[in-house]
Amino acid sequence: MRILRAIAAHPTGRIGAGIILLYLLLALCGTIGFTPHDPLQQFRIDRLQGPSATYLMGTDLFGRDTASRLMVGIGQSFLIAFASVGLASLFGTIIGLLAGWWGGWLDGVFMRSMDVLLAFPAILLALLIIAIVGPGTFTSVVAIAAVYTPIFARVVRGPTLSLKRRDFVDAARTFGSSEGYILTRHLLLNLVAPLTVQVTLALAWALLTEAGLSFLGLGTQPPAPSLGLMMSEARNLMQQAPWLLVFPGLTIMLGILGFNLFGDALRDILDPRTQRRTA
Amino acid sequence: MTYLARRLVTFPLILLGVSLLVFFSIRMIPGDAITAMLGTEAGLLTPAQRQALAEYFGIDQPAVVQYGRWLWGVLQGDLGLSVTYGKPVLTIILERFPLTLELALLSMVIALGVGVPAGVLAATHSERPADVVVRILAMLGQSTPGFVVGLVIIYVLSVYFGFIPAMGSFVSLWSDPMANLGQLIFPAITLGFAFAASVTRISRSAMLDVLSDDYIRTARAKGVPARSVVWRHALPNALIPVVTLSGVEFGYLLGGAVIVEQIFALPGLGRLTLDAIGQRDYALVQGCVLFVALNFLIVNLLVDLAYAALDPRIRLGAR
Repeated sequence: MRILRAIAAHPTGRIGAGIILLYLLLALCGTIGFTPHDPLQQFRIDRLQGPSATYLMGTDLFGRDTASRLMVGIGQSFLIAFASVGLASLFGTIIGLLAGWWGGWLDGVFMRSMDVLLAFPAILLALLIIAIVGPGTFTSVVAIAAVYTPIFARVVRGPTLSLKRRDFVDAARTFGSSEGYILTRHLLLNLVAPLTVQVTLALAWALLTEAGLSFLGLGTQPPAPSLGLMMSEARNLMQQAPWLLVFPGLTIMLGILGFNLFGDALRDILDPRTQRRTA
Repeated sequence: MTYLARRLVTFPLILLGVSLLVFFSIRMIPGDAITAMLGTEAGLLTPAQRQALAEYFGIDQPAVVQYGRWLWGVLQGDLGLSVTYGKPVLTIILERFPLTLELALLSMVIALGVGVPAGVLAATHSERPADVVVRILAMLGQSTPGFVVGLVIIYVLSVYFGFIPAMGSFVSLWSDPMANLGQLIFPAITLGFAFAASVTRISRSAMLDVLSDDYIRTARAKGVPARSVVWRHALPNALIPVVTLSGVEFGYLLGGAVIVEQIFALPGLGRLTLDAIGQRDYALVQGCVLFVALNFLIVNLLVDLAYAALDPRIRLGAR
């Protein structure tokens, strides 16, 4: 509750939260089919129509309603972003927690493995995974999760190393708490704040990566709507139908902006040392 | 062991890990390697021909032996043969790499040229309108994907200025520098856009930290002009995190050029990788990924060495 109030009081946090809520609402409507038109239906007679009362954001080359496709596309992007960040945070947290807690050679093996994954620029690692598994929604989730798992492992390992030497952990050991109990109840609870910030920022990166992959034709496959794919399809029509470029572009940008603003606000709130410095 | 020594010791280990990951991930592709190499034509082979090819390429050997042979070849500069181009993979990569490198360097120059002054302006006008404007622009820059920036640039140029950037063919820097710059400037702006935003934010943050240091207060108290305090006393120290960011981002620029090269139809390394995936040319995919990862690792190591040179605490193992 305290954090929610702090976000509501934070100027950029408020804007970020507002954008995310709006997008979640649009994604929900798109997912349950509550859209102005069927996103896959082709109104052939209305091909490449500009924004109007009937088609709020115009139609594409096949006469499909851009606004409806955007709503479903947001849902698709959010699904991939949330699923991939969920997986990355789960595996990253487990690896970071165990590496920090056990230390020694296991720490070395875990963290060097993470360093190997970090040796690839994000989009390249995603491309490598897609080359193996083939393009698609599920592959995008796996690829993006693989890209961001090492970041979560690093975020968790550092604080785990210092937390495990704290008195309350020694006290828990003295009282006979099991390793699993100490890790989940004492260490993990203390990591909630940095993890929350990291999850929010990773959602912005995941949206960015997903949009990039689908722009390259390696994410969600047509005819399913996807924001990056819609931009890619608009490339050859930008002079005749600029709305096909403008609306998906703005949608992607605003979505990422929402998570960036929200993440920055959370970081300010949870770590006041950064408050003065972050933009 | 100091941080730097640890870094140098782990570097070959990570390289080994990267080579293992690249080699075995490509072998995880469904189907056998002969089919992967020859595509549908593999169906025309007799079992004897298939066996002969397997022996020729050494894929009848255990995976560990195959890896050892491959690694030995890589160490000698042999990344295999591209099925699509019928040429050694390294030759093709080295033909395409200069473009990607030039694009990355140019976008880095643009990002630093815009980002550092913007960050300094924001820090020296903290919480004033200039700072707010810079922060908003930087946040928007960080939130805008490269392909959106690239397509908007192409749209604005073509619709409002009647100018379409030359695409498809590429003029090298050595044959015609001006034409080369004309071809690369817009892709470089596209690629450097988000990077400039990151540089702005980190420069602002570092400058705010440095400007509150005692030695800056002392310089001001001694009557050093404000401009000199900012540019000569504060900025060199504030640039240390910018150096780190630039190194890391440079590695990302090399890999992230995929999308920009695709939009502007530039025949660089990123587009080569993407095309290789589409053509299922696995030797080429493997070679490209390994080459970019190697560059990325070397750049990061150099950044760490530079960082250690700039900050003695790193040399002494304080990190």
